[in-house]
This record gives sequence, structure tokens and C-alpha cells, in this order.
Amino acid sequence: MTDVPIGVVRFPGTNCDQDVFDAVGSVSGAQPVWLWHKERDLAGVRAIVLAGGFAYGDYLRAGAIARFSPIMEEVIRFAETGRPVLGICNGFQILTEAGLLPGALMRNDRLSFVCRPQWLKIESTATPFTRHYRPGELVRFPVAHGEGNYFAPPDILDRLEAEARVVFRYVDEDGQATAESNPNGSARSIAGIADETGHIVGLMPHPDRAMEALVGSDDGRRVFRGLLEAAA
Amino acid sequence: MTRVEVFIQLKPGLLDPQGETLTHALESLGHESVSELRVGKWITFRMDETDPAVVEREVEEMCERLLANPVIESFEYRLDEDGR
Repeated sequence: MTDVPIGVVRFPGTNCDQDVFDAVGSVSGAQPVWLWHKERDLAGVRAIVLAGGFAYGDYLRAGAIARFSPIMEEVIRFAETGRPVLGICNGFQILTEAGLLPGALMRNDRLSFVCRPQWLKIESTATPFTRHYRPGELVRFPVAHGEGNYFAPPDILDRLEAEARVVFRYVDEDGQATAESNPNGSARSIAGIADETGHIVGLMPHPDRAMEALVGSDDGRRVFRGLLEAAA
Repeated sequence: MTRVEVFIQLKPGLLDPQGETLTHALESLGHESVSELRVGKWITFRMDETDPAVVEREVEEMCERLLANPVIESFEYRLDEDGR
């Protein structure tokens, strides 16, 4: 069986591209493929990951300019056909700017860029990326961002909750969402959400940095396993 | 030639950590009467078009599509058709 091609998008300023490329490549049967921001050809990939970083320098707003790049027009079309698309950190910001996911990511509510291991609760296993987790399971992925404060109007938040589209929530090690466990002031401690189909998911924490127990956690591996299965 | 100024701010009620921090900094400098400080963006450019209706339509589109994020930001703009 040939390996399934999975696209990893690179913008000028993306800096987690190699981590994501390696994470995808570590799953047996997946073949990561670079997609450059100026390309319009998705090279036959079966799933796409938008990696973290500062695409186009985060000029104007995080993700604002990346959203209008040639590759993103193709990613939007691809996503609309129901193919799996995962946005991590800056990738999540780009997905909201592109209107593929609702809401926006604002500057963290406290002064610092937050960079730490973070407990998360898996709130929905109905996405390709979380199907290998148990509902309510606690996992630990690193967070590293200055603009991760998830905002959406209350009616949208209610809808996300009602439709089980909150996928990841910031919690403490006991699974409680508290003011202290919320690293950036996100509404309802939301760390990641899905679109209506569950095939488009964005999250601020980095599963791509939780691939080896040796460096803290390998809780992120199952995200990429699920990604491959949905792509195959 | 039209000179365009666009002002972008976080919508009222949304937390503006920069604004809060600046308020505290000004307080520490003795400016204790400062309140409701918000930090926004000011974007200036020129356009060859001089018909205000056309400019207005185009600037609105720029703001809604790119310059502001309507989920969290509001915008205002000022046009000077004499290009000053």
C-alpha cells in the first residue's frame, strides 16, 4: 500500500513546520508533503495541517494575511469538500480568519507570551483527530502563544457547546477548568473547536510538541494517527 | 487623489490588555484621571480615485475583508478628497 500524502503548509514565518512534518511522518503509512504558500496545487494530498508560527509576521493580526494567500484559497476549497484540515496554534488563528471556524483569537488576557505544558480535557471524540482518545480524557500538550484568547459571541459559544464542537478545553491536572488553568483568558476555557462536520479542527496547544515521552509527553501522537485514518 | 485614514479598535467591552497596562503606567506617572484608554490601529494611504462614493465603497470592503476582523474589531475611516 502506498503511503497517504498529507500536506503541511509553509508560509513565510511558519516555524513549527518541521515539527509537524516529523509528527505526520512518524505515523506509519503517512507521507508528509510540503505545500508552499504561493502554490495553488495541493499535490493530491488527502489531509492538510496548518502549523504554528507567525505567518507573514502576524502583521495586522495573526493569520489575517495568510488567509488570503494562494494556497489558502485551495485549502478553503479542500476543507469545504469535507476533507480533514487541522490548524495548530497559528494554524488555528488562520482558520478563524478564513472563516472556516467561528470566533477569533485575541491577545492573551495577561501580559506574557505563555509557554508551558498544559493539561487539556478531550471534550469531543467525534472528530478524526480525537477519535483515539477517551471522552473526558486528560492529556498534556505544550502551549506557546501570545494571542490565544478565544473569543466568540455568547450565542456562538452556546452553539459550539450544544453541538459538541468544543474539542479541547484548558483544565488543571484534576480536570477542572479554573481561572488558573486557563492560560490566556479564553472564553469558557476553550482550547480547540471543530466545524459543523468535525473535519476541520483548530487548537492553540501543540500536539506536534507532544510526540515523545522523553521530552515530556507523547499524548499528541493519537491526533496524527486519527488524521491519517481520516485521510486514507 | 484621496487620502484615507482608517481607525481600528477592539469592540467596546472586549478586554484590551495593552490599554489596561498603559492606563496603569500612566497612573504611575501621576496621570491618575485617565480612564477608558484603548489601543487601536491607525492606517493611512492614498487612492487615485476621487469619487467619494467609490472610495467609500472600496474602503468599506477593505476594512471588512482584511483591515479589521469584524468578530472583534470595529472601524471608522476619514477621507480627504483633496489628497492632503
